[in-house]
Amino acid sequence: MRSDEPMGGFADDALVPADGEHGAEAFMPTRRTVLVSAGAAAAVTVAAGKGAGGAAWASAAGDTRVRTVGAGESVEVALSVNGQRRTVTVEPRVTLLDALRERLGLTGTKKGCDRGECGACTVLVGGERIKSCLTLAVMRQGAEVTTVEGLASGDELHPVQEAFIRHDAFQCGGCTPGQIMSAVACIDEGHTGSDAEIREWMSGNLCRCAAYQNIVAAVQDAADAGKKVRR
Amino acid sequence: MTTSTKSTVTRTDGIGASPRRPDGTAKVRGEFAYSSDLWHEDMLWGATLRSPHPYARITGIDIARALALPGVYAVLTHADVPGVNRYGLEHADQPVLAEDVVRYRGEPVVVVAADHPETARRALERVEVGYEVLDPVTDAESAVAGQGAELHPGGNVVRHVPIRRGDPDAAAEVVVTGRYEVGMQDQAFLGPESGLAVPAEDGGVDLYVATQWLHVDQRQIVAALDLPEDKVRLTLGGVGGAFGGREDLSIQVHACLLALHTGRPVKMVYNREESFYGHVHRHPAVLYYEHGADRDGTLRYVRARIYLDGGAYASSTGAVVGNAATLGVGPYDVPNVSVDCWGAYTNNPPCGAMRGFGAVQAAFAYESQMDRLAAACGLDPVEVRIRNAMAQGTVMPTGQVVDSPAPVEELLRRVRAKPLPPEPSGEPDLRTLPGGVSNTTHGEGVVRGVGYAVGIKNICFSEGFDDYATVRVRLQVVGGEPAATVHTAACEVGQGLVTVLQQIVRSELGVERVTVEPSDTTIGSAGSTSASRQTYVTGGAVREACLRIRDALGALSPAELGDKVLDETVEWRHRPTEELHPETGQGNAHVQYGFAAHRAVVDVDTELGLVKVVALDCAQDVGKAINPQAVLGQIQGGSAQGLGLAVMEEIKTEGGVIRNPSFTDYLIPTVLDMPPMSIDVLELADPHAPYGLRGVGEPPTISSTPAVVAAIRAATGRALTRVPVRPEHITGT
Repeated sequence: MRSDEPMGGFADDALVPADGEHGAEAFMPTRRTVLVSAGAAAAVTVAAGKGAGGAAWASAAGDTRVRTVGAGESVEVALSVNGQRRTVTVEPRVTLLDALRERLGLTGTKKGCDRGECGACTVLVGGERIKSCLTLAVMRQGAEVTTVEGLASGDELHPVQEAFIRHDAFQCGGCTPGQIMSAVACIDEGHTGSDAEIREWMSGNLCRCAAYQNIVAAVQDAADAGKKVRR
Repeated sequence: MTTSTKSTVTRTDGIGASPRRPDGTAKVRGEFAYSSDLWHEDMLWGATLRSPHPYARITGIDIARALALPGVYAVLTHADVPGVNRYGLEHADQPVLAEDVVRYRGEPVVVVAADHPETARRALERVEVGYEVLDPVTDAESAVAGQGAELHPGGNVVRHVPIRRGDPDAAAEVVVTGRYEVGMQDQAFLGPESGLAVPAEDGGVDLYVATQWLHVDQRQIVAALDLPEDKVRLTLGGVGGAFGGREDLSIQVHACLLALHTGRPVKMVYNREESFYGHVHRHPAVLYYEHGADRDGTLRYVRARIYLDGGAYASSTGAVVGNAATLGVGPYDVPNVSVDCWGAYTNNPPCGAMRGFGAVQAAFAYESQMDRLAAACGLDPVEVRIRNAMAQGTVMPTGQVVDSPAPVEELLRRVRAKPLPPEPSGEPDLRTLPGGVSNTTHGEGVVRGVGYAVGIKNICFSEGFDDYATVRVRLQVVGGEPAATVHTAACEVGQGLVTVLQQIVRSELGVERVTVEPSDTTIGSAGSTSASRQTYVTGGAVREACLRIRDALGALSPAELGDKVLDETVEWRHRPTEELHPETGQGNAHVQYGFAAHRAVVDVDTELGLVKVVALDCAQDVGKAINPQAVLGQIQGGSAQGLGLAVMEEIKTEGGVIRNPSFTDYLIPTVLDMPPMSIDVLELADPHAPYGLRGVGEPPTISSTPAVVAAIRAATGRALTRVPVRPEHITGT
């Protein structure tokens, strides 16, 4: 029933190693554990010093700045997060999501599935929305990252945040940070020409409370208000 | 009940309005602290080793290599459970950590605490558990028949409820029969199970956890830890959805055990895959129905046998069985009823509470039967339902006389009267077609169908349960302005209870500033956030406390209180209910019924078996909409979960093993799957309920599924006796 993924899920799922979270995989073989056992001893190739966006990974093979990191070694990753320069030292396998949540204390970005299925971890990197569980922090060296914590200006909410409240576009709120980041990008991309278009371009973000009708209304409202986001 | 002469104040932020949620700003800013976001200095990470087998005898557990791993602080087995190694909502039949036998794949066997989640995971890999694999029991019907291993002392029937009313041998001119199946649905809340246990200096523990019922968690934890109640204190962490799946324990005892053992705070968070193993699901069901009617469609009798698969442990299976049995004929007036419902132990994943709780399974069967009856009598599907619709005064199959509005006919008329969506014309927009932008059709092979359904749900806890809520309301002047605080242990899980409690206080006391304090166990129980009951029961308790404060205020206005603090703690109950007679199922078992009706319009690609739900409109009676916007949200959300069960949602098990524990393989509706809804909200007051209100959350989940399936049947002519409907059911290949 799910349509083609309209969001830029350019980080191939197969490239993401185990994130080290939680114990369920101990007895359940998944694509991930297969990959981990096959490549456990192998070094991880890292694209270092590349700017924001997916291009870093795509061009990594031909990039002279590629270097090899041994197993267990950590890498320093410099990011601009919500306009602030932040540096984290992480193993290459750490996802951007875990770097944000566990290292930088930015828990506004949610982990609903950790496999790019639910969209709760959506953030903006270089202005584009990505699922932060599907990208490694080291792949985003030097990138400009915007999380839900970076949208408001002090007490003044971002128009999309305002619209989500006004339209009651959430219940539990577990998907909301991802929905809002996706909505900000959706509006910025100009994909708000109709309800149908909004639905298509917001379909990578699950909401189990199913506040979808109100989410669409909130996105439409924020788009109509012409309060286009400038990051 | 106290008597107050002052009337409720009409306000723009009170009862009947839709003020902003108090948690709204924090939620949109990413600042709302969900239980998975909690952090404590020096905290360790807990992880759980689970059984790889649905049924096996444990021959040995060796933790030595795990303990030897640097960074590991505790590796605990059943031998480390200081109290009773059994818990459960209705029966204490589930081990905190498995002892000699594992009864489902995913059953916790060992828990560890380590300095990093990755260390904890590696430690689990080093635990060696010996298993002697046994033949699992995987079929509920044969389990009830006594076939296969006895999984618990006393046999594999958790509960059998018979309902007998009228003539058991009644005959009729028109008879329709059917066998129906309902797959195992998952709550799939977006925030997986998580919590933080912090050991305290007094030898106790403080637990911050996402749950639906703090006090029943506490009761089970203290029994397992062998601690007095005041040594285990729970505070509600932010809850990322629940839908029934957090009524049972997950990390609660494990995290507390590890924290007490290590003397360090311990955080546990399941990932999505583990979450599928870590909570109960909706009971899969097999249902046999026979409806007998006059040629004009008037029902003479309904006979049914319902088998619910409870899985390895009882959880709330008993109550689910009670619901499926007592609501087994649906919202219809039936003179002769014979229903038997069984809940079985098997080695499938444990099943328990999920939105709709037994009423969902029965509704798919009885509504499918009503469509068959309509066809057999040559009647319109709405007409046959209206002809048999129950109303206020109807005698239920349990003998209970319905003593508040039951506008079943009106709800059906309303959804039928709604304008139909326009027929597709011209060049179709791919996004409106089955298969969507997958570009599987441009309209060829697509057939439209329309289907109707109506459902019934009991509101609040039933069958003699002492169902109450404790609240404390205080009123004082702060900074020259009257302010009220509300304290309860009721769990806000996203439904908007905190908003509703504020609204009630504002209207009753005429104050604008109302603070709802965090929910915890320093106050008495508010009961579970389930059975659509919190607005009714905790809302009713808040109202009662406010009425007492109004009496204490006398002629004063709140602003004139001065230094005085008015402080009322209330334990409030709804009318008592009765147990069912064990042989006849007679008794006033329910306190209130809720009703909703749906009309679904679908486009079906009959060649590929793909379904697009074009419209899913609803009418529901809510008695009184305390917060109209939240009511609509509940109806949309419940309807979507019903749509999910109709066409996509099922945990597939093979030999007791879950085959699809991910959101890639267990699909829930996206924004593209869920059409915008047209909703009629009726407000026919229940004279016995606070403000006349009726529980809202569950009824829309119940009629949504059969309405969607009826529409697919109308489009395809297929019998479709199983949900979720799969493409192969539609194409027949």
